[in-house]
Amino acid sequence: MGLFQRKRRNILPGFGLSMGYTVFYLSAIVIVPLSMIFFNTIPMGWEPFVHAVTAPRVLASYRLSFSTAFFAAIFDALAGLLTAWVLVRYRFPGKGLLDALVDLPFALPTAVAGICFATLYSPMGWFGQILAHWNLQIINTPTGIVIALIFIGFPFVVRTIQPVLEEVEQEIEEAAHCLGATRWQTFRKILLPHLFPALLTGVTLAFARGIGEYGSVIFIAGNLPMKTEIAPLMIMSKLDQFDYAGASAVALVLLCISFSMLLLLNAVQEWQQKEYNS
Amino acid sequence: MPQPESAKSTPPVVKKRITDPRSVQVFLVGFTYLFFIGFIFLPLGLVFSQAFQKGWSFYLESIREPYAIEAVKLTLLTVAIVVPVNAVFGVAAAWAITKFNFKGKSALKSLLDLPFAVSPVIAGLIFVLLVGSRTTFGSWLGEHGIKIIFSTPGIIIATIFVTFPFIARELIPLMEAQGRDEEEAALTLGAKGWQIFGKITLPNIRWGLIYGMILCGARSIGEFGAVSVVSGHIRGQTNTIPLHVEILYSEYNFTASFAVASLLVFLALLTVVIKGGIEKQFQKKSFHL
Repeated sequence: MGLFQRKRRNILPGFGLSMGYTVFYLSAIVIVPLSMIFFNTIPMGWEPFVHAVTAPRVLASYRLSFSTAFFAAIFDALAGLLTAWVLVRYRFPGKGLLDALVDLPFALPTAVAGICFATLYSPMGWFGQILAHWNLQIINTPTGIVIALIFIGFPFVVRTIQPVLEEVEQEIEEAAHCLGATRWQTFRKILLPHLFPALLTGVTLAFARGIGEYGSVIFIAGNLPMKTEIAPLMIMSKLDQFDYAGASAVALVLLCISFSMLLLLNAVQEWQQKEYNS
Repeated sequence: MPQPESAKSTPPVVKKRITDPRSVQVFLVGFTYLFFIGFIFLPLGLVFSQAFQKGWSFYLESIREPYAIEAVKLTLLTVAIVVPVNAVFGVAAAWAITKFNFKGKSALKSLLDLPFAVSPVIAGLIFVLLVGSRTTFGSWLGEHGIKIIFSTPGIIIATIFVTFPFIARELIPLMEAQGRDEEEAALTLGAKGWQIFGKITLPNIRWGLIYGMILCGARSIGEFGAVSVVSGHIRGQTNTIPLHVEILYSEYNFTASFAVASLLVFLALLTVVIKGGIEKQFQKKSFHL
């Protein structure tokens, strides 16, 4: 039996039409355009490819993109866990407002976030002025990139933890309490392991998003060669020089890493599901 | 003598929720507020304080200037095309995936999510590689007078790619949960295919569809990286609102840049409010990505 063929006769109509349209649209918009990355990289040959993706400036950009996305995701894990906990467990003034605004980084265009953070942390900006007292500079440094990425990744962590935390049964915590566990012990030994899969998913999504993020980063980063050039910017600058093969090579490596990370996440989730069921 | 109701005779069980000490609560809520102030409230406040720095009339001038109006028009056109096109696709894909069993279903679902794992810059790059003027296909199109890259169609296609999964991702879990019974019942009662869809399926999924369309619309308005690659930044022609904000900002015209950005902030806040309203209706808190 071929791929995408109906298994069992189902009486509902419209399989051919909906399936045909789905496959056509998916191919035209996603599969064929994405395959262009491969078709533009293959004619390069192995050595020029390796040369293109291991050039010092490109390697520095990969390193920067990964490290900043990593630190931002770790920070988001803490801030997201805290926010989800507070929103699910406590009642306090302004709770509804905070809950709604969690989605703001998702709804706000990335370029707007970019100019906001660049202005806030500029030497004349609200935060920049204060930090200047300690001779701290945020714009044009990797720290600035991390700050922009924290903003971008934040909703992913909160929104994956929140539903899981809401469904934790109170009885488990009561049982732990009766057995003499402190709140902190209950949290560390019972709640945290329970939340961990969701936390991992949220953090991976934030990390994956951070690696590819462009709009919010370029304004605060300053884009100094070897120092604050992110990987997507390398693709952009190669495109500006009409180096299509070079741009595809850099993109190919970035894509492979993002895909394998998400596949890994899927595998971990499936494995955890099996552990949980057995 | 009337018997007292049994429920009244037993004392009501007051379930005391185990919770954290008041001091811990205040401490944690305080920290959350601190994070929100630094990362959400002050950036939002900054947009408006910068936008109105030179007064109300300069603000109006900045958003009524011809290039700004052209940018708004182009963004609206993009949204008006992208959202319906992706909605039709989302419904078709969700129908095929949830109403039938076939081989490769989970593979198809993963393929639908593919654009989420792709950097916006790469999303723009692939269309330059496919139909840019330096490619075989692109130069052939150019000879026939069709220009895609550095023109409106390119912006629309790149935006379609970036927002491709939003609606399907909302509809698939919803339609899976609803099952096929209602549609099958309608069929046995003699309804035709489109009748079933229009009278049963569409009313059932309408809120999920609207929810997905709002997410898709918000992203279409704000998409920057992909559009930046394919647009060519031609003022008054291929400049969307976010690109216009960028150009003004890089020209050190900060007040005008933030004035135009404030329009996007309004739209973002509106999105968040509508999204919250629909969620409340469904008691659903999820962020499918």
